[in-house]
Formats: sequence, structure tokens, C-alpha cells
Amino acid sequence: MPATEKLYQTFAQVLKLPRDQIHDGLAYNSVPQWDSVAHMALVVALEEAFDIMLDTDDIIDMSSVAVARDLLTRYGVALDA
Amino acid sequence: MLDVSGNGRLLTGKGALITGASRGIGLAIARRLGAEGATLHLNARDPERLAQVADELRQSLAVPVHVHAFDVADPDQVKSAFRSYQAQFKQLDILVNNAGIMSNAMVAMSSVKQIETTFATNVHGAIYCAQYASRLMARSGQGVIVNIGSRIADLGHAGQSVYAASKAALDGLTRSWAKEFSSMNIRVNGVHPGMIDTDLLAEINEAQQAKVLSQITLGRIGQADEVARVVLFLASDMASYMTGQILAVDGGMQG
Repeated sequence: MPATEKLYQTFAQVLKLPRDQIHDGLAYNSVPQWDSVAHMALVVALEEAFDIMLDTDDIIDMSSVAVARDLLTRYGVALDA
Repeated sequence: MLDVSGNGRLLTGKGALITGASRGIGLAIARRLGAEGATLHLNARDPERLAQVADELRQSLAVPVHVHAFDVADPDQVKSAFRSYQAQFKQLDILVNNAGIMSNAMVAMSSVKQIETTFATNVHGAIYCAQYASRLMARSGQGVIVNIGSRIADLGHAGQSVYAASKAALDGLTRSWAKEFSSMNIRVNGVHPGMIDTDLLAEINEAQQAKVLSQITLGRIGQADEVARVVLFLASDMASYMTGQILAVDGGMQG
């Protein structure tokens, strides 16, 4: 699975949202499903999916799907366009 | 009755990281968890001392023993250590936040450096380790954290207020993490050793030791392994329905 799609799928699974509702503009606390508890579950799921460990500051700053995409790039994950 | 003989293998297949594992209670905990089959990950600041301890444990226990030399008080070192751990081992089941320093001074004579150093190791270090460990544990859907506090946190002690406060802070973390990590099936409990025969005991003067001894119901100083056995219990499935609890292992200190 392409890495970007894997990212979207991870968000969809953790937030229990339909895949078509996951887009770069989706932001923390913009939907009831993405609360602080879900945020930590997202972090765990992303770390496992991409075999990384995020800095605490990056966890705090991960305010949207777009930011998560940028984070993964910084952690060496090769994302498709 | 709990089998503490070392033959029960309560922790076979589990990975256990013990901070401050090169001496005293931490070493006793490592020895006890290893005797029950856990793969040991030992942390301390001194790599040479850590290597010696690891060699001794490899020879005496038939379990893998790995060393992770870093200072829990340094967030960058903790981050780097857990990144290495994640890359190499993946699985972490048990974290024992044992690394700690004892500061002895009347509050009016406690320096800024002494206060900051005590909290950096005893409190901040436990937080840094739990931040990363909890996420590794969450991947496998289970885990156990045991925080090693002190009876002094409950009882107070003249000349140890900063140390007592740091250990009381650790109790707050124990109870809060028990709630915060419950959704990830991570149990969090604490242990409060009383007066235990370790190097730290030498930092208490004889008059203080005699006074405390007179207040211990069992009338003797405890051994590090007596603490380690309680940690083993909490780390194992024997305590599968316990979280947010703090157990005193103090021979009945009346304070």
C-alpha cells in the first residue's frame, strides 16, 4: 500500500471514520472522534505502522493530517505524492 | 502461595526495562524478574558498572540481558535510548521506574541544584521513560509500569523533605497513569520501600537509622529482594486486576 494511503487508512481506523472523510485538512478536535485519547491512539498506530518513535514535541504539534504527513517525511518515511 | 523460588517462570516471553538497575533495589528487581524468565533490559548511567552487572546476571540467570546506559534525567538521552530500543527490540512489557537519588538536607539548606537534580531524576526521569514505554506497550495491547517510591513520601522525614516531595510526586504519577493508560491495557502500580539495606542507607546517619529502626514493627531493616518480590508480583499476571495501587514494603513502619 502506498505510504500516503497507509497514513489515511491509519487515521480512518483509529478515528473510526470512513476513509473518504480523511483528508489533509482534517484537524485535531475538529471532529468528536479526534480527542486527546484518540490522539495518543493515533500516535501509537502511526509509530507502529511506520516503525518510528515520535518526539514529544512532535506529538503535541501533530494538529492535522497534513502536519502528520510532514512529520512522517521528517522521520524518513518516503511518502508518495 | 506465590512461588518465589525462581522456578515458576512467571515472566517468560516478557521484556522488562529496569532503570537504576546497577545496584541496590534495582539490581535485586532485575535479578528477581530475570529469575522468572523476563528478558532483562538494564539501565544505569555508568556503562562499565552496567556491563559488569549484566555479565553477572547472564551467568546466574538463563535469560537474555541487554544494557542501556543513559541518564533518565536527560530527555534527549531517554529519547535516543528508546529509539534504539524500538529499532532493535520492538517489544516492551514491563517498565520499572526505579532510578532515583536520595537528597539529605534540611529544607533551609537545600540548594537549587539539589532540588532540581532530585526532581529531575526521581520525577522527570520517570515521566520521560513512561512517555516512550507506554507507546511501545500500547503496540502489543498490554503492559505494566511499576514506580519505586518511598515510605518517606507518606511519613515525611526531617532532613529529607525534597526527597519525600519527589517521591510523593511519583505517587501522583502512579495514580494518574493508572487512569490515563487504562485504555491501552497498561497497569500502573507503585511500591514504597521502607528502610532497606542498600547503599542509600549509608547516607542516613546512625542516629537517624536507630530512630527509624525503633519504629519498624518487624524490628529489622529490609532486604532489597523483599522489595523485588513485591515488584515481581505487580509485574506479573498475579496482579492482573490491580492498578493505581501503592504497596508499602516496610516491615510495618509507624513513622
